[in-house]
Amino acid sequence: MCLAVPYRIISKDGNKAIADVFGMKKEIDIRIIEDVEIDEYVLVHAGFAIQRVSQEDAKETLELLTELCEAEE
Amino acid sequence: MINTFRNHPDLKPLLQKINNNVVALDGKALPLKFMEVCGTHTVSILKFGFRQFFKDTIKFLSGPGCPVCVTSAKDIDKTIFLAQQGYHIVTFGDLIKVPGSQSSLEKEMAQGATVDVVYSPFDALAIAKNTTKEVIFIAVGFETTIPVIASLVLDAYAQKLNNLSILCLVKTMPNVLRYLLTHLQGQIDGFILPGHVSVIIGSEPYEFIPEEYHIPCTIAGFEPVDLGLGVESLIDQIRSGSVKVDNRYTRMVRTEGNTAAQVLISSVFQESDVSWRGFGIIPLSGLGLKAEFEQFDAEKKFDIRVDDVEVKTACICGDIISGKSSPLDCVLFRKQCAPENPVGPCMVSFEGACAAYYKYGE
Ligand code: SF4
Repeated sequence: MCLAVPYRIISKDGNKAIADVFGMKKEIDIRIIEDVEIDEYVLVHAGFAIQRVSQEDAKETLELLTELCEAEE
Repeated sequence: MINTFRNHPDLKPLLQKINNNVVALDGKALPLKFMEVCGTHTVSILKFGFRQFFKDTIKFLSGPGCPVCVTSAKDIDKTIFLAQQGYHIVTFGDLIKVPGSQSSLEKEMAQGATVDVVYSPFDALAIAKNTTKEVIFIAVGFETTIPVIASLVLDAYAQKLNNLSILCLVKTMPNVLRYLLTHLQGQIDGFILPGHVSVIIGSEPYEFIPEEYHIPCTIAGFEPVDLGLGVESLIDQIRSGSVKVDNRYTRMVRTEGNTAAQVLISSVFQESDVSWRGFGIIPLSGLGLKAEFEQFDAEKKFDIRVDDVEVKTACICGDIISGKSSPLDCVLFRKQCAPENPVGPCMVSFEGACAAYYKYGE
């Protein structure tokens, strides 16, 4: 249940943002991520961004996740 | 297992090297016993074949890191009591299948109770705004989930929602680890610490483990390579004899954690003694709402009456989450107990040890 996945911010409005993960768009809460900008990555758990993640690290994690999903098929 | 290795060319040599290093350890009884605290790690260890690969050298003990599994039967009974009163229950999915002493939320739903399963606690806000009924969010989770629950309470407060409350069952990691260390002395050779709990709390709260108990520990991520690096770090610490809190998940976890999340948590919650399945009450191992948010505390708002009934089954979930037993030791495993008809929470939750053994075990 503690899993969290990097999402890319697409647009933001106050505490909330629309973010993308694997092409899906979801509303997330960004209140504890100071001055997050469009195209930045955040680690999201239960609809809540818990950490800012560098683009490089986010891509690495997403690649690992994609590979694992493919391996499962 | 092979599938995953194929996708990670570096992994197999890494694991082989670790294995050789374990065999070469001087004066250590094998297999070493490492506890993976987090349920998601349990899943990774089974799914990626670590258990099998290291079967002669490392024994992985499941820990208390599955929020649903550590929720006591009495607390489950409270959720059922509230559902039976006709209140609108909102919860994470896993919880509805967990048997209490008589029933489960799922069975209550079949009897007409209103129970909504959500992905995010914020969904409870929207639900509360659209009904005049009392809405109760069943708040389970560890430090990873607590910031979002704190935000739910703050939003409900700001929006003056008076028909929303939470049944606060959240738990925190450091003191349950302390409890395990005092009760399983000499039986744990190392801890694989939870990656996403550590994103929030950082590495400092674990410092007592090497300092007071001289046991190595490493914060690790969840992919096979992450986990391999975590295990490697534990072996290296044992080899060198110098133990610490190592962080092998630096791409996500900072030493200080997420301080904004910590501030958020402490603005809404205070430490409290809470009850864990299998352990009973552990001092300061969970959180309760601060007095100014009392109006959102379902325990204060409603007269919740549940008895202390002892549930008599052969389920050994309590022993499994404390590293004393493995699912394979349970006489009900794969027989009376399976994911379709779970007897205990460790079979319900996707990250429960019994469910992981059922799905990925040999
Ligand atoms: S197999 Fe079922 S009954 Fe046995 S410990 Fe696991 S959850 Fe409990």
